[in-house]
Amino acid sequence: MTTNDFLQIAIYLVALLLLVKPAGSYMALVFAETPNGVLRAGRHIENLLYRLSGVRAEEQMGWRRYAIAMLVFNMAGLVVVYALQRLQQWLPLNPQHFGAVTPDSAINTAISFVSNTNWQGYAGESTMSYLTQMLGLAVQNFLSAATGIAVLVAVVRGFVRRSADSIGNFWVDMTRSTLYILLPFSLVIALLLASQGVVQNFRSYVDVPLMQHTTAVETVKDAAGNTVKDAAGKDVTRETTVTTQTLPMGPAASQIAIKQLGTNGGGFFNANSAHPYENPTPFSNFIEMLAIFLIPAGLCFTFGSMVGDRRQGWAILATMLLIFVPLALGAVAAEQAGNPALHGLAVDQQAGTLQAGGNMEGKETRFGIAASGLFTAITTAASCGAVNNMHDSLTPLGGLVPMWLMQLGEVIFGGVGSGLYGMLAFAVVAVFIAGLMVGRTPEYLGKKIEAHEMKMASLAVLVPCALVVICTAIAVATPAGTAGAANPGAHGFSEMLYAVTSASNNNGSAFGGLSANTPFWNVLLGVCMYFSRFLLAIAMLAMAGSLAAKRHVPPSAGTLPTHTPLFVTLLACVVIVVGALTFLPALALGPIAEFLMSAH
Amino acid sequence: MIRLIRSAIVMLLLLTAVTGVLYPLVATGLAQALFPSQANGSLIEKDGKPVGSALIGQSFTDPKYFWGRPSATAPQPDNAAASTGSNLGPTNPALTDAVKQRIDALRAADPENHAPVPVDLVTASGSGLDPEISPAAAAYQVPRVARVRGLSESQVRAMVSMATAGRQFGVLGEPRVNVLKLNMALDAH
Repeated sequence: MTTNDFLQIAIYLVALLLLVKPAGSYMALVFAETPNGVLRAGRHIENLLYRLSGVRAEEQMGWRRYAIAMLVFNMAGLVVVYALQRLQQWLPLNPQHFGAVTPDSAINTAISFVSNTNWQGYAGESTMSYLTQMLGLAVQNFLSAATGIAVLVAVVRGFVRRSADSIGNFWVDMTRSTLYILLPFSLVIALLLASQGVVQNFRSYVDVPLMQHTTAVETVKDAAGNTVKDAAGKDVTRETTVTTQTLPMGPAASQIAIKQLGTNGGGFFNANSAHPYENPTPFSNFIEMLAIFLIPAGLCFTFGSMVGDRRQGWAILATMLLIFVPLALGAVAAEQAGNPALHGLAVDQQAGTLQAGGNMEGKETRFGIAASGLFTAITTAASCGAVNNMHDSLTPLGGLVPMWLMQLGEVIFGGVGSGLYGMLAFAVVAVFIAGLMVGRTPEYLGKKIEAHEMKMASLAVLVPCALVVICTAIAVATPAGTAGAANPGAHGFSEMLYAVTSASNNNGSAFGGLSANTPFWNVLLGVCMYFSRFLLAIAMLAMAGSLAAKRHVPPSAGTLPTHTPLFVTLLACVVIVVGALTFLPALALGPIAEFLMSAH
Repeated sequence: MIRLIRSAIVMLLLLTAVTGVLYPLVATGLAQALFPSQANGSLIEKDGKPVGSALIGQSFTDPKYFWGRPSATAPQPDNAAASTGSNLGPTNPALTDAVKQRIDALRAADPENHAPVPVDLVTASGSGLDPEISPAAAAYQVPRVARVRGLSESQVRAMVSMATAGRQFGVLGEPRVNVLKLNMALDAH
C-alpha cells in the first residue's frame, strides 16, 4: 500500500468521526419526547400531514400495532412501485419511451427498493422512465430509510421505557425521519454533488458528434430472436459505423444524494457510482462515502444519548470501527497488490507518482485504488450497495472483504437504523454469553435479558444467515441458477454467493457479471430481500415490546458494564464468530479457492 | 384496519409529493441556478453546439490521438447510453486475452516502444465511460502521438500537462489526464 492510500483512509475516518456528534445530537432532538426548536420549526407541515392522513400523532402504539403500521405502509409502497413500472409507457415524463418492465423484474425491483436493498436487475438509463425513478424509486429511497430509523428508535425506546405498554408511534417516527433528517441532509448533499458535475435536469438525452467514429458490433438474430451462426459455428455479426454519442441526462444528483444517505445504493445509471455523471470527481466520491456512514454512525451517538449514557453509543461505534478498519485496509491492500494473472504480461501494475497501479480492471482512473477499495468496504459494511468500481473484477481477497462484510449481518454500520438494531441484537447475544460464563441473569441497559429477548435476538441474527446458506444452495443446485454465472470456476460460484448474500442482507451490490434479470433470480432474490428485511424488523420490535414492559434493574456489582473495551472486544468477537462459522465453508469454495488458484 | 390502510395510502401519497416531486424540483432549481454547466452534463461547446462532455470518454484508436481506457460497453465502446464494466473476474482467461490484445494493438501502433504498458491503459474502466487516463498512460503514448503528428515530444508533453489534473485538494483520488480535452487541443494545434 502507498502512503497516500493510508492518508485517504485516515482523512475519511477523521471527517466521519468529527460528524458523529453533531449529526447524532441533532437526530436525538428529532426523536426527543419534549418539544424543542427542531420540532417547533416543522410543526405546521408535520401536523398538516397527520391531519390529512387521519393519523393521531399523540397515540402511543404497542409493538404489534407499530409493526402492523410499518408493514401496511411498506406494502402500499411496494404496490405503487410495481404499478409505476408496469404502466410507465402510458404515463408522462418518459422522453425515451421506455416500455413496461416485465412482471418478475418489476416485483423484484419493488421489493428491492421497499426493503432498502436496491438490488438492481435492470439498467437504469435504458429501462426506467424519469417518472418511475422519481415517484417510485426515489420515494422509496426516502421511505425505506425512514422506516429503518423509525424501527430503531422504537427498539431503543424498549430499553428506555419502564413498565410501559408502548414503544412510540410509527407514523410520527417515520414522518420525522423523512422531514427533519433525510430531506434536509439530502438537499445539501445533492447540491454538493451537482457542484462537482452530477447531472440534475429534466432534459432528453443529448447527442454529440464523436471526434473519431467507432464501430458497433452486433450479433445478427433471426425472426425468432436466436443468434445466426455461420458455417464454422460462430455468431454472425453486423458492423455499423457510429458517429454520435448519446449522453444520458436526468434528475440524478437529488436521487444519488438519498441513495447514499439512506444506504439504499440503487444507481440512477447502470454503472452506479462508477458513472462519471453519478460520481464525477474524487471529492464527489468523498462526499458519497461520508453520506453512507453519516446516519449509521450518527445514530450510535443518538442511541447513547437516548438511553442516557453516551458511552453506550461510543462503545457500539468502537465495535463497528474495530471490525471495519482492518477489513477496509485489507480490501485496499489486496487491490493495490494487483492481479497476479497479468504478471507475465508487459503490464506495469506498480504504484508510482504517475499512476495508482494495482488491479485497475473495473476501476475508474480518478479513483484509483485507495478511493475504490475504501468505497467498496464502506458500501458493504453499511447496507448501501452503491459501487464506484465493479466488484466482480476485484481480486479474490479484495472480493472476499465486501462479501464477508455483508455476511456479518450488515451490523458494521449497516443500513440506516437497521444496522444499529441488528447490532443491538448482537449486543443482547453478547451479554447473554457473558452471563452464561459468570452464571448470572444477563442485563443490558438496565433491562433483564430473558428467554423471549434471546429468542428474538437469535432470530434477528440467524434469519439472514439461514437465507444466504439455503438460497445459495438452491441456486447452485438449479440449472436456472447456474445459468446466470458469467465467469468460469470458483469465481462463478462467488457471483451466486455474492448475489444471495447481498439480497439476504439488504445490501444490493452485485458481482455484476451474474445475469440476474431472469424469473428464477428475480423471484429467489425477491424472497430473500423481503423476509430478511421484515422478519428482522418484526423480531426486534417484539423484543422492544417485551423490554419496554420490564422494570429497570439498577446496576449491581455483578452487572457486566457494556461501555468498556472488554465488552467492545466481546461484542466484536460474537459478530465475527457467527459470521466466520456460518460462512467459512462457502467462502472456501468461492474467493478463497480462487485466491489459492491465482497465487499458484 | 381500514382506517390504518387509509392512513398508509394517504401518507404515502403526501410523502411522495414531498420527496418525489417537491424535493427533486427544488434540487433542480437550485442546481440549475448555482451550477448550470455541471448540472447539465459538463458539455463542451463549439460554435454554440455540444461536441462532447468533459466527463464522458470517447473511444480513440487512431495513432494520432491519445487513447483512453478500454471500454466494455456494447455494442460500441464508450456507449454513454449503456454504461457498464466488463465484469470479468481476475482469473478469467478472457480477461488475460483481452489485456494481451490491447498490448498488441498499442505495440502495433508504436513498434519502437518496448516499455511495459501502464495498467489502466489495458484494463476496462468500471463505467466504460472513464474520461481520463493516468499520467503514466499519457506519457507512454507521447512518443507515438508526437511522431505521427510531426511535433516534438516536449510540445506534446506540454499539452498533456495542460490536460492533467492533480489529486483533488492535493490528496483525494489520483492524478489524471482528460483524453477528450487533450485530443481536442491536439486537433486545434
